[in-house]
Amino acid sequence: MNIGIEPNLTAAEEPAPLTPRQIMRRRARKHRSLMIGAGIILVLAFIALFAPLLAPHDPFVQSLGKRMLPPVWVQGGNWDYLLGTDQNGRDYLSRLIYGAQVSMVIGIGAATIGLLIGVTLGVLAGYFGGWVDHAVSFLLTAQLALPGLLLAMALVFIIGPSVWVVIGIIGVLHWTYYLVVTRSATQRIRQLDFVAAASASGATSRQIIWHEILPNLISQIIVIFTFELGIAILAEASLSFLGVGIQPPTPSWGLMIAEGKAMMFYRPWLVILPGICLFVLVIGANLMGDGLRDITAPEGRN
Amino acid sequence: MLRYILLRGVLALAVAFTVSLAAFLLLNVATDPARAIAGEDATPEVVQTIRVRYGLDQPMPVRYAQWLGGVVQGDFGESYYWHKPVAELVAERAGVTIALALAAMAVTILIAIPLGVLAALNPNSWIDRTALGVAVSAQAVPNFWLGLIMIILFSVTFPIFPVSGDATWMHFVLPAFVLGATSVPAVMRLTRTGLIEVMGADYIRTARSKGYSGASLLWRHALRNALLPVISVLAVQLGQKFGGSVITESIFALNGLGRLALESILGADIPTVQMLIFVFAIVFVVMNLLADILNAALDPRIRIG
Repeated sequence: MNIGIEPNLTAAEEPAPLTPRQIMRRRARKHRSLMIGAGIILVLAFIALFAPLLAPHDPFVQSLGKRMLPPVWVQGGNWDYLLGTDQNGRDYLSRLIYGAQVSMVIGIGAATIGLLIGVTLGVLAGYFGGWVDHAVSFLLTAQLALPGLLLAMALVFIIGPSVWVVIGIIGVLHWTYYLVVTRSATQRIRQLDFVAAASASGATSRQIIWHEILPNLISQIIVIFTFELGIAILAEASLSFLGVGIQPPTPSWGLMIAEGKAMMFYRPWLVILPGICLFVLVIGANLMGDGLRDITAPEGRN
Repeated sequence: MLRYILLRGVLALAVAFTVSLAAFLLLNVATDPARAIAGEDATPEVVQTIRVRYGLDQPMPVRYAQWLGGVVQGDFGESYYWHKPVAELVAERAGVTIALALAAMAVTILIAIPLGVLAALNPNSWIDRTALGVAVSAQAVPNFWLGLIMIILFSVTFPIFPVSGDATWMHFVLPAFVLGATSVPAVMRLTRTGLIEVMGADYIRTARSKGYSGASLLWRHALRNALLPVISVLAVQLGQKFGGSVITESIFALNGLGRLALESILGADIPTVQMLIFVFAIVFVVMNLLADILNAALDPRIRIG
């Protein structure tokens, strides 16, 4: 059962009745920004996945003789190092390619942790209501009041920076959006006839949540996951930029910007290039999220 | 109305208390502050001396009670790093951050509201699409990167503004722009949707039929109602600006609370970090409370219901 999709909308124009899935595909193909966003994410996921094959050089090998080569379009650049080298003589293009890996892994990991926390709390609060709802709402208010970046910085610094710590901390601090949406959606679905029918036929709360409620939340959860992917990637970049995230020599885009900062007046590309990578990845995630929201729930558009 | 404010106030207090407890536990349980102060190479004896010197040998509940007891009297403990009362440090630096936060809000208002109004008055036109493009881009730009690009562009390539520092108002222009840009998407979208909704309302049709049009219709009838929800969102956004000042202040070398936060984290100065988390949370809670009260005052459905 899938709510939020209205097959009747297009059924009048089409000779053969379409399944909801076909309608959604059709809508998706017509949605330009969704296609652009999904395209960006797919390309960057491909780059991250096949970084070892795509990178022209080893991103970690330092070479004193080749420090600070400019990109090929600046005087003094050469085609062996398309985007030049950094202050340690490492190929910048290769580091940017491996940087996609870091951003993707951290984005997906953190958004998944947030999903598990937020959806669990949201469904429980929406389904049981009463004191459970009050307790969860209070937790939400307290979480929103916490200065997230500051706390994340402090925790990463204290626990010790590693990729897993960064993923865990960003995930634990980014669950409120999942909670707010799944809570109100659960409240709404709970009132519907098929839940009453399941309950009347003897289903337990656990069965109702797993078989009636959660399947109907999936499209909304995917939309939020896509947005949170972008938010988590920016959070990692900020932490790494400030020195309390991914540590050298791992090629994180945020860290690369921090490393290039000292020379940004003479070699601005060291700062500009990783920033463009971040911007493109995050805008891809946001466009995809906007698009998915449009095609799964046309009435929620504004 | 009074009952509503009181209820909200009690809730806000409870939230602030919970946040302080969470911050205390996270910062003190996850680590051994004495070891953090002593440094990695310190001998166990040195660590033990420090532990006793700062009262860190006491059980956790006692330490929290002591901390909270101090907070109630305005005493947030002594900084491990600067060796003076934390409250004094924060008071010295707060002015810069308050100025930055207010300037950032002015930037948000000056960009987001006109853009939202223009978009709403011309829905689905090129203006609307441009405004939407600005919002989508502003959401995806890494804040710290925008700051660096602004410095490259407007301090070096076109040397209009100073690179860093907080001596004059000119020093605040770029940081305020960078910090204010983060709120533009939310405020712009809300202004646009609010105004589109209001422009379709019956009373606007009535006003039109009475001969109002153009600017006077917009100012006297539409905008007033459309901006009500925007005002409370602005209050919430202002509350977030304090926590958001960390990045902006460290890039532009403004000597405010955000930079203090970064410095005290890197210096393992837990009392200062603790107070800053508490202060930022209080500011956020108070701004939210203000937004709620404002909403209730403006909308009778909330305060009665």
